[in-house]
Amino acid sequence: MHFLVFIKQVPDAAQVRVDYETGTLIREGVPAIINPFDKHAIEAAVRLKNQFGGKVSVVCMGPPMAEDALKEAMSMGADKAFLLSDRIFAGSDTLATSYALWAAAKQIIKEEGPVDVFFAGKQAIDGDTAQTGPGIATRFNVPLITYVVDIKNVDPEKKTLELVRLLESGQEVIQTTMPCFLTVEEELNTLSYAPLPYLIRAAKTSVKVLNSKNTEIEAEYCGLKNSPTKVRKAFTPPKRERGEMIEGDSVDGIINQLYEKIEPVLKTMGKVQ
Amino acid sequence: MSKKDFDVIVVGAGPAGMAAAYVLAKAGVDVIVIERGKFPGSKNVMGGIFYRKPMDDLIPEFYKEAPIERHIVEQRMWLMDDVSHFSMGIKTQKHNSEPYNCFSVLRAQFDKWFSKKVVEAGALLINETVVTEPIVENGKVVGVRTDRPQGDLYADCVIAADGVQSFLAKSLGLRKKITPNKVALGVKEIIGLSEEQVNDRFGIKDSKEGVTIEITGPFLKGMEGMAWMYTNKNSVSIGIGVIIDDLINHNMNPNDLLESLKNHPSVLPLIEGGETREYLAHVIPEGGYKSVPRMYADGFMVAGDAAMLVDSVHREGSNLAVESGKLAAKTYLEARESGDFSEKTLSRYQEKLEETYVLQDLRYYKNLPELLEEKRYLLTEYPQFLIDAMTEIYTVDGVPKPEKFRKIKGELKSRFGYIGLAKDLYTIWRKLR
Repeated sequence: MHFLVFIKQVPDAAQVRVDYETGTLIREGVPAIINPFDKHAIEAAVRLKNQFGGKVSVVCMGPPMAEDALKEAMSMGADKAFLLSDRIFAGSDTLATSYALWAAAKQIIKEEGPVDVFFAGKQAIDGDTAQTGPGIATRFNVPLITYVVDIKNVDPEKKTLELVRLLESGQEVIQTTMPCFLTVEEELNTLSYAPLPYLIRAAKTSVKVLNSKNTEIEAEYCGLKNSPTKVRKAFTPPKRERGEMIEGDSVDGIINQLYEKIEPVLKTMGKVQ
Repeated sequence: MSKKDFDVIVVGAGPAGMAAAYVLAKAGVDVIVIERGKFPGSKNVMGGIFYRKPMDDLIPEFYKEAPIERHIVEQRMWLMDDVSHFSMGIKTQKHNSEPYNCFSVLRAQFDKWFSKKVVEAGALLINETVVTEPIVENGKVVGVRTDRPQGDLYADCVIAADGVQSFLAKSLGLRKKITPNKVALGVKEIIGLSEEQVNDRFGIKDSKEGVTIEITGPFLKGMEGMAWMYTNKNSVSIGIGVIIDDLINHNMNPNDLLESLKNHPSVLPLIEGGETREYLAHVIPEGGYKSVPRMYADGFMVAGDAAMLVDSVHREGSNLAVESGKLAAKTYLEARESGDFSEKTLSRYQEKLEETYVLQDLRYYKNLPELLEEKRYLLTEYPQFLIDAMTEIYTVDGVPKPEKFRKIKGELKSRFGYIGLAKDLYTIWRKLR
């Protein structure tokens, strides 16, 4: 079986701070990581490969530094890594990005053979749109199952598998045919501590770069100019004021002070006379 | 011969391990470096000064491409008590032109750069993997075991550059247990300032030039230690290292020491208003020559901090690490010609180090740790006397100069006694001879 995972390199959100004066993110010095949901997609693909045989390919669109993300994916057990990198992609929105990744995936299929299951994280933590994965699935015209939390009863013969997906009110169990496209939740699996041979292979293997020259990507669908989504304005919610500390020597004293503060509110609510 | 995955396994991607791997990879040896941090430099700590020479021999003119902060043109030495400091130092234009003497660096960036050069040279670098023990067969080290699944690796030779705690050297019985009187705990902050602030406060004209200040004296309350301030491009590294035994006996917490250092009237104006960007701590091996272990076994060599190669008097460590890594690699290359990686062949490594400044410097100061342990007052009372004498000389208060000098002489006699003074001088002379 052939599994293809779409991943994105994102700034580590835990370390990004907001410049409250300009309302922009301070990205300087913030390390780049694999989008956390995508890691679980890689893990799922590697586990299926180990169970049923085959190979895992990974593709990432981004600047040359995104090679680090692909190297990490290989050290998690992926076999082939492709970096989709070209200046014509600069400023792409989710429509243009899903087009480019779809075109790159077609090239990967040409080189590595047909794909049984496509994987992506449910969304990226920097954009939070959850549109790119579905955009690629639509172009391939394959079943799309989002928010996957469990993969069961994989049947390579009949080319079917069963999936549990997360809904707001509960869970849904779906049977689908392959090829199909899954976007996954973190609950899908726990990341394993990769065996040393994976790391050694990753260090030895180079990443193949795909661009507008070695794929059939048409520039007229790529980049800022061909991205209908325009960001009109970005703003940050106002910084929360720190709570007021009430200090005192005795519990009664503190309670009295507190009561004085909330009494006017209680009065307007009609709770006290 | 058992299984073999690589010619050489280097454990630890600090300056020692990377210097060894670089030499080996350049010579076409199949070498793997195993680092436990997220990337080389992520766990590495030093005061912040990197000497040029050994690295320049390895990668000529490395300072033109490596991420260095400033080249050092002025080095100050302060003797400090709670309210004063007595300053000495050297600022020279001889250190202000290429090839330079030493640099301030931030290790997280510098080591990352170094590791890139090592990988370019052909070594394989594996991060986030902990080497747990050596694999020994028939008394010979044949590989290492890591904490990863299927994590055993085999090689002709293992070079342990796994830092001051060196579990590898310990588990082979090469190293004695480190005692708390032979190691210092260093804590350090990187305080962010603007480039102009650093230049103005340290008297620097060009942002490429840097200043170091080493501080010792009575402000340490009789503990053996050293504080330092190094100028980076737009920050200052400030730290303090104190022998762990002293911290315990004085019931002192290194963080509190660093806080009081930062608020000292001589120090505060240099860093005031800065924002702490990083906080780091590390153990520094200060046992000197006598704590240097046997650095080889069958199929095994130890380099850098793992071999306790630190010259605490001259704040040198990373350069000794680079030198030792290089020599370990060269010893391997010689051994490879005969295919003999026995203890006997690899013992040449330590002999080579003895012939260089690395072990000669450490040997020169070999009695110093004990001398200072016996006579802690050398670090407080003489500096205090100097501070007081200088203060007296520079105070104009109507007291005639001859009387001032008599007073200083009287102080010298009452504090140390002439016999005591002669004894101390003789002891120092004899111990360093």
